Amino acid sequence: MMTNFRVAVLAAAAAALPALAPATGQAQGTVTVAMTAGDLPITTGSADQGFEGMRFVAFNLYDALVSWDLSKFDKAADVRPGLATAWDIDPANHKRWILKLRQGVKWHDGCDFTADDVVWNFDRYTNNKSPAFDTFQFALTRGYITNFESIEKIDSHTVAITTKTVDSQFFYNLSLVVMISRCRAEALKFDWKEYVTQPSGTGPFRFVRSVPRERMEMVPNKDYWDRGRVAKFDRLVLQPMPEPATRTAALLSGQVNFIEAPAPDTIPRLKSSGMNVITNSYPHNWAYQLNFVSGPFTDVRVRRAANYAINRPDMKELLGGIMDEGYSTIPRSTPYYGNPVEYKFDPKKAAALLKEANCLPCNVTLAISTSGSGQMQPLPMNELVKSNLEAVGFKVNFDVMDWNALLDVGRGGADKFPKIHGINISRAAQDPWYGLIRHVSKSQWAPAGSNWGKYEDAATEDLLLKIGAEFDASKRLGLLKQLNERMNDQAIMVWVAHDVNPRALSPKLKGFVQAQSWFQDLTPITITP
Amino acid sequence: MLAYIIRRILYAIPIAFGVSVVCFSLVYLAPGDPLQTILPADATAETIEIVKKEYGFDKPIPVQFALWVTRVVQGDFGVSISSRRPVIDEVMGSLSNTLVLTGFAIPFAFMIGFTMGTIAGCYPGRAIDRFVTGAAVMGVSLPNYWLGIVLVIVFAVEWMVLPATGMGPSGSASFSIFSLDDLRYLVLPVITLSMIPIGILSRTTRAAVAEIRGQDFIITLRAKGLSEFAIIRHVVKNAMPGVLAVMGLQFGYLMGGSILIETVFTWPGSGFLLSKSIINRDIPVLQGSILLLAMVFVATNLLVDLLQSAIDPRIRRA
Repeated sequence: MMTNFRVAVLAAAAAALPALAPATGQAQGTVTVAMTAGDLPITTGSADQGFEGMRFVAFNLYDALVSWDLSKFDKAADVRPGLATAWDIDPANHKRWILKLRQGVKWHDGCDFTADDVVWNFDRYTNNKSPAFDTFQFALTRGYITNFESIEKIDSHTVAITTKTVDSQFFYNLSLVVMISRCRAEALKFDWKEYVTQPSGTGPFRFVRSVPRERMEMVPNKDYWDRGRVAKFDRLVLQPMPEPATRTAALLSGQVNFIEAPAPDTIPRLKSSGMNVITNSYPHNWAYQLNFVSGPFTDVRVRRAANYAINRPDMKELLGGIMDEGYSTIPRSTPYYGNPVEYKFDPKKAAALLKEANCLPCNVTLAISTSGSGQMQPLPMNELVKSNLEAVGFKVNFDVMDWNALLDVGRGGADKFPKIHGINISRAAQDPWYGLIRHVSKSQWAPAGSNWGKYEDAATEDLLLKIGAEFDASKRLGLLKQLNERMNDQAIMVWVAHDVNPRALSPKLKGFVQAQSWFQDLTPITITP
Repeated sequence: MLAYIIRRILYAIPIAFGVSVVCFSLVYLAPGDPLQTILPADATAETIEIVKKEYGFDKPIPVQFALWVTRVVQGDFGVSISSRRPVIDEVMGSLSNTLVLTGFAIPFAFMIGFTMGTIAGCYPGRAIDRFVTGAAVMGVSLPNYWLGIVLVIVFAVEWMVLPATGMGPSGSASFSIFSLDDLRYLVLPVITLSMIPIGILSRTTRAAVAEIRGQDFIITLRAKGLSEFAIIRHVVKNAMPGVLAVMGLQFGYLMGGSILIETVFTWPGSGFLLSKSIINRDIPVLQGSILLLAMVFVATNLLVDLLQSAIDPRIRRA
């Protein structure tokens, strides 16, 4: 009797299983992205949560005056016309840029896009006397437009922007400043808390709804001005999912169909399940910025020795092949990479240089983090670097801190932290300013900018002046190559790796092209049933 | 009884103040900038100063604390730095999501733990006792983070019978405990979250039951000819206050949110919120949530004390 009862219970449980049958949690035609962020990026313009916020929220809801061409897999992404169709320097004043704006563009709320909107947006980002001034957006965008002086409307579809100093590459900065709807902001009386849930842009997706910390839903903007970028799927869902194992499980169980940054050790499992794991070179730099104020790295021989000591192929093996070897601040595929000296693994040469510099043992302290945006796998990577350096005569001491504290050190500058000889903060390198200039320009000495170690070099400063004043693109390209070659010659960092931005997609998703960029275009994706 | 309740509520005031002072101090002692999430890594000193002023972080720390306390007593917990949503909405929303999880996990843990502990306590030294004790030790020893991942791999990835993450197919805003589809999202986190309380409760119950069964009044009851079932009823009633106290503590602990479990299952509860606000140095959310969680803990203990008094009048007399 009891046995029969047990059998009945088991049978009932088995019968109940179909009721618990898997629900995919997504409608047909939905792209559901698991992001690495811990929260939804802000929707009031430029997004927080790093460039992931820009990638998935800001550049989907909004457009900038200058856009990024994200259509190519095999070529470094560069800028192209966005809401501005052309930008030219005023021949009479090399601080004045004339921008022609795109005609016939409408905001998601139906209003027309005009020059007044552009002027209003810059006012809101920069003028704290403006009723529309938004401190949060000021904080997010300030770094991109430090050289912005003023803006004026020339006609309904032309504006002029004046910069503080002559800068031939100012247009790159404009690519990170998105335009939001003045119409909607006025209707909401500049209440940004309200705007968060009712954003209006000109971008390829329209906002539908969000559940704080959980999901944001968008639908394609069928009236998008760039007809080639009207998304073909029904809905885009963004979910913050900071834990890599959770993202992987969510993809494998069918809850999402697009995940960011799967952990390297899960990649074989993802591939064996038929998922498309995509990687590509992109402008990311995992390196150590060095202290040029005090300590062993003030000697170029020590800097070169450290670079020769790094066994990058070993590092690549450690990461399961998910990295590019780093020999410069920018990846080799960058157009202005040039022909710099590459410090290939040569421990004998490294040891000889240290001996020549009379730095044996060469005691260095490096500030590193346990995790952080773009830091890849900082602890095992740093351990390998330590063993490489110590094999040639360095004695490495790590000052381990959390990401937030490391950023504080990074902002403070080397002279504020004399006992730290190098900092391991990964940096974006998406344009010449971010990739090269900000690390070596004297004007960017911390805390004013990203030149943490206070590097100063007359030859570099001379090149920077020439680059800033060169408006001929091909000539400027030559100068930029020279700059990168000079930076490598002086071994201004200890270079280790460039991330390759792994993503995993369900095999049902087709058409995604992973651009060599921090930003990606989701509009070409199609979904097979 | 009323005076007792009022007294206990008054005790909560210095506790709240103490918690807020400790919390405020700890947050400021930790290195890192509270504005880090909204400032780019290479923000200039000028930008940092402007934003600090706007958010009130330019003032001396005691002044910041005084201003915060003044606002809090008026019910204004401020606005999150990173999300710009009111802190009270952030915290209450996440607390209610954790309550859903805990509301299922604690009764489940109590049911299993109390039953296991009672059986083991009734048969001390026997095979069933050893089995239950072993299972309880395993329950408290298993890293629940690991267990969560294993459950996800088995039930969500391999068998695909339960969802891996999240709180319902459309998020917590439309979650309903009356929807079978939504309830499926609870199964794995509830089981994972229950493991430690099951272990603790079963061990506590086992010890209490074994001890009570050896007391004189049980021998008297047995001598009076009461059935074994009736004796167990007496034992259970006597063991209950101690077990309830432990359960109350566990409830309070779980309401604080299990950071690891909520992260593994992307459950938008108080643990997930705390973890996010610690990483982002979102000070208003951190202060608000710790203060409110401390109050939940105090309230839970008060409730447990009242329940204990109701069950065992000796406690009230003491």
